Amino acid sequence: MARRVGLEVSLACAEAVKLANADVVAAYPITPQTHIVEHLAELVADGHLDAEFIPVESEHSAMSACIGSSAAGARTFTSSASQGLALMHEMLYIASSMRLPIVMAVANRSLSGPISIWNDHSDVMGERDTGWIQYFCENGQEVLDLTLTAFKIAEDPRVLLPVMVNMDGFILTHVIEPILMPEQAEVDAWLPPYVPQLCLDPAKPISMGMVGVPEVYTEAKRAQVQAINDSYPIILEHWASFAKQFGRSYQPVESYRTEDAEAVFVSMGSLSETIMSAVDEMRAAGQKVGVVRIRLWRPFPVAEFTKAVAKAETLVVIDRNLTFGAPAGPVATEVRALLFSQGIQKYVANFEAGLGGRDVTRDQFKEMLAKAQKAKAAGQDMTCEMVGVKE
Amino acid sequence: MADEGMTSWKSLALGCAMTEPGTARRFNTGDWRSRRRPITDREKCIKCGLCWIICPDMAYDPDPKAEGYYTWDSFYCKGCGICIAECPKQAISWIEEKEEDKYGPACGA
Repeated sequence: MARRVGLEVSLACAEAVKLANADVVAAYPITPQTHIVEHLAELVADGHLDAEFIPVESEHSAMSACIGSSAAGARTFTSSASQGLALMHEMLYIASSMRLPIVMAVANRSLSGPISIWNDHSDVMGERDTGWIQYFCENGQEVLDLTLTAFKIAEDPRVLLPVMVNMDGFILTHVIEPILMPEQAEVDAWLPPYVPQLCLDPAKPISMGMVGVPEVYTEAKRAQVQAINDSYPIILEHWASFAKQFGRSYQPVESYRTEDAEAVFVSMGSLSETIMSAVDEMRAAGQKVGVVRIRLWRPFPVAEFTKAVAKAETLVVIDRNLTFGAPAGPVATEVRALLFSQGIQKYVANFEAGLGGRDVTRDQFKEMLAKAQKAKAAGQDMTCEMVGVKE
Repeated sequence: MADEGMTSWKSLALGCAMTEPGTARRFNTGDWRSRRRPITDREKCIKCGLCWIICPDMAYDPDPKAEGYYTWDSFYCKGCGICIAECPKQAISWIEEKEEDKYGPACGA
């Protein structure tokens, strides 16, 4: 039986890695990810986790070491954030193109400058196209559960892709939450040891990370595109088997009070908990509003998302990061393109909120909706609207 | 053929890995060569082996039939001319090569 414990979410993430019996952890500490790495270092030093902990000199080296260990067939974990994730950037493509099932927790943080250690999604949006499976957690339990499922998904022979588990820095990582901690035996029964399909072995030499001349590169990328598209039903399959084993169900898109909603907020990560409470207040005031949260960002859940927003006339898409000089933020751009490509006409308002650790209050969500409705009525575009800017 | 050397994306190994060792020896770098190739004058050759050492594509090999001399391999020689530039006795020089002779018998044997 699972135990209910009060635990800092960073530690819950590290405990998930311990429950998964990771073989190698190579990571470099960076705020707000530090507690994850510190706790893993403790678990290894105290003999609670039989793993190699590689203290590297940078995040670029961390991902390089992870690529090496995963290529040698080891279950591999790392974690980073912000500038550290940015420093890993070029290696992230290597991990996915070599089809290495590395799991990485990202404690989402803004990018400098000005220097900021606080939360937003600028870091992960810069890594959007690295070919990793990417999802966003809403709360502490989800961090533990989805870190566990990351290993199961990544290492499935039908997938073999790295998985990035995103959790809002500080807002999630540094809070203590009630967590249902599964038993080791329960996890062992659900998550078998990693069996690599191809790995570095002196007895059977192979070469990984080869040159792709123009006659090969396009085909190599075509295969990689197929791999991440094909991973979609497998992700759902493993979330379903997780629900069966542990009793907690996860969907690529979560909806809240959307049945008769005329307007729907679209968000990712922990922000949706605040939006849900704002929606409750707006509902009490007679407004027909709901929330759609995108959990799975890559591969994008096209059908589920389209279905989730089908009835709403207005979408209020919140980007927790900026894009400079573009018609809309990354999430809103994607939503607009998706709806347009399917011939679906909706009013899509786009706000940029919660940047660099700025809190977003329930009242601000109400203001966003009011602004969106006003702009819609006036026939105006509402895009890249920064929330809470002091004029 | 337009798609010479190409493989279907469905046939590539996982992560575009090369699943057998030593395949570089099958890579015909010789077809990069323009219409001239090096030829060694064995009258001038002092068997120092510098051509064998400095060739970037290992196109020279010890001659099994004549100890101390080296054979030249048309399959690997890109025609870079480093052997010609480095030979201390100017024993190696260019000769014009017809397209049909490109993969002809190795010289100096």
